[in-house]
Amino acid sequence: MKRIYLPLTKDIIKTLKPGQEVLLNGPVLTGRDAAHKRMIEALRAGKRFPLSIKGETIYYTGPTPARKGQVIGSCGPTTSARMDPFTPVLLKHGLLGMIGKGERSKEVTRAIKKSEAVYFTTIGGAGAYLSEKVESSKVVAYEDLGAEAMLRLVLKDFPAIVAIR
Amino acid sequence: MRRVGAGVIQKTVRELCIKANLELRGDVLSALRRAKKKETSARAIRMLDIIIYNALIAKKKRLPICQDTGMVVVYLDVGQDVLIKGDLKKAVEKGVLDAYREGYFRKSIVSDPLIRRNTDTNLPPVIYTRIVPGRKIGVSVVVKGFGCENASRTKMFRPTDPMSLIQDFVADIIKELGSKACPPMYIGIGIGGTLDKAVSLSKEATLRPVGESSKSRHIARLEKDILKKLNKLRIGPMGVGGKTTALGVSILTYPTHIAGLPVAVNISCHATRDARITI
Repeated sequence: MKRIYLPLTKDIIKTLKPGQEVLLNGPVLTGRDAAHKRMIEALRAGKRFPLSIKGETIYYTGPTPARKGQVIGSCGPTTSARMDPFTPVLLKHGLLGMIGKGERSKEVTRAIKKSEAVYFTTIGGAGAYLSEKVESSKVVAYEDLGAEAMLRLVLKDFPAIVAIR
Repeated sequence: MRRVGAGVIQKTVRELCIKANLELRGDVLSALRRAKKKETSARAIRMLDIIIYNALIAKKKRLPICQDTGMVVVYLDVGQDVLIKGDLKKAVEKGVLDAYREGYFRKSIVSDPLIRRNTDTNLPPVIYTRIVPGRKIGVSVVVKGFGCENASRTKMFRPTDPMSLIQDFVADIIKELGSKACPPMYIGIGIGGTLDKAVSLSKEATLRPVGESSKSRHIARLEKDILKKLNKLRIGPMGVGGKTTALGVSILTYPTHIAGLPVAVNISCHATRDARITI
């Protein structure tokens, strides 16, 4: 199975084929509903994002808390379609990759292709298994959102399928 | 009159929440294994392998099966000859709180559906208390993730509508939303009663072991027909294609009004989680 090293570049994305299974390695950000809403509201208010998303990959997940000695708790994907209203704007700001579960809207599918970005799906409901594929985890923004805070994760051989590119 | 202290309820709810989050239901695990034997696509088999492996390491490592440790739904069937000493609602809430802290489960509940501030406790649960004959207390805890809860639907049919329309309704939901709800799914359906009764039956229907069918012959038939129809959609495990889109269909019914035919569909993902005990 092909190993992909993050951060992504448009050249890497060009080599990917829809339906292809890959193993993701390297840094991603996490973000789900509340973090997306807050990022977009900051943008509308003329403020900056809490961190640059240029070239980033966002993994739609809200992990369970880690026990002592663990890197992270269970951390499977959440339903990506809920992030659809926010995705085109983030793509305009340089977002290159997304990881989640389920289909995206027609509009988002078009926007992903147009921006030469990529959407991966991974295995929903397999959070305990996927926690073995995360090497490190650190809160980087919106800590007050609790389970929805944005994290920096480093993935190791994280299984995914190229869904849209 | 039998006396039961609220502390017993608290401890029971705590244990059931922990069990439900860490140990996949035995009937669901068996259904996943049976499904794997039937699949021919390599990708579908690999998905089922990972789902089964996930359940095994969740139990072994005491890690939640899924990061969405859900909104807790508690069913209390309290015997009318039981006297509960203490505050029942508080006991249930304290049990949930203890489990979610000690278990390192995700706190996924917001205090107001519109303002949306996380309560950081996973409280409150949804509690259904029912008075039943006898001197026992039945406690069932469902931890419901919202990936599949969001894919659930209800519809008020005409009383004269044929059964085939109900089948189509279920199939259309799965066609549209199935891949988001973590297939292979367990489909709970409530038919009859009022709008709210049908919805409540649809959730309770998922408590029935996968593979067991309704005792009414015409309902068992409908369950079988719907299951067949859903598995023909070939959405497959986690949407990768294959024969297993649903693990089972469970229907509960209730008498209804001459003018109505309420139907509710509650979808439960492959990580269908609940635990129960009788005190």
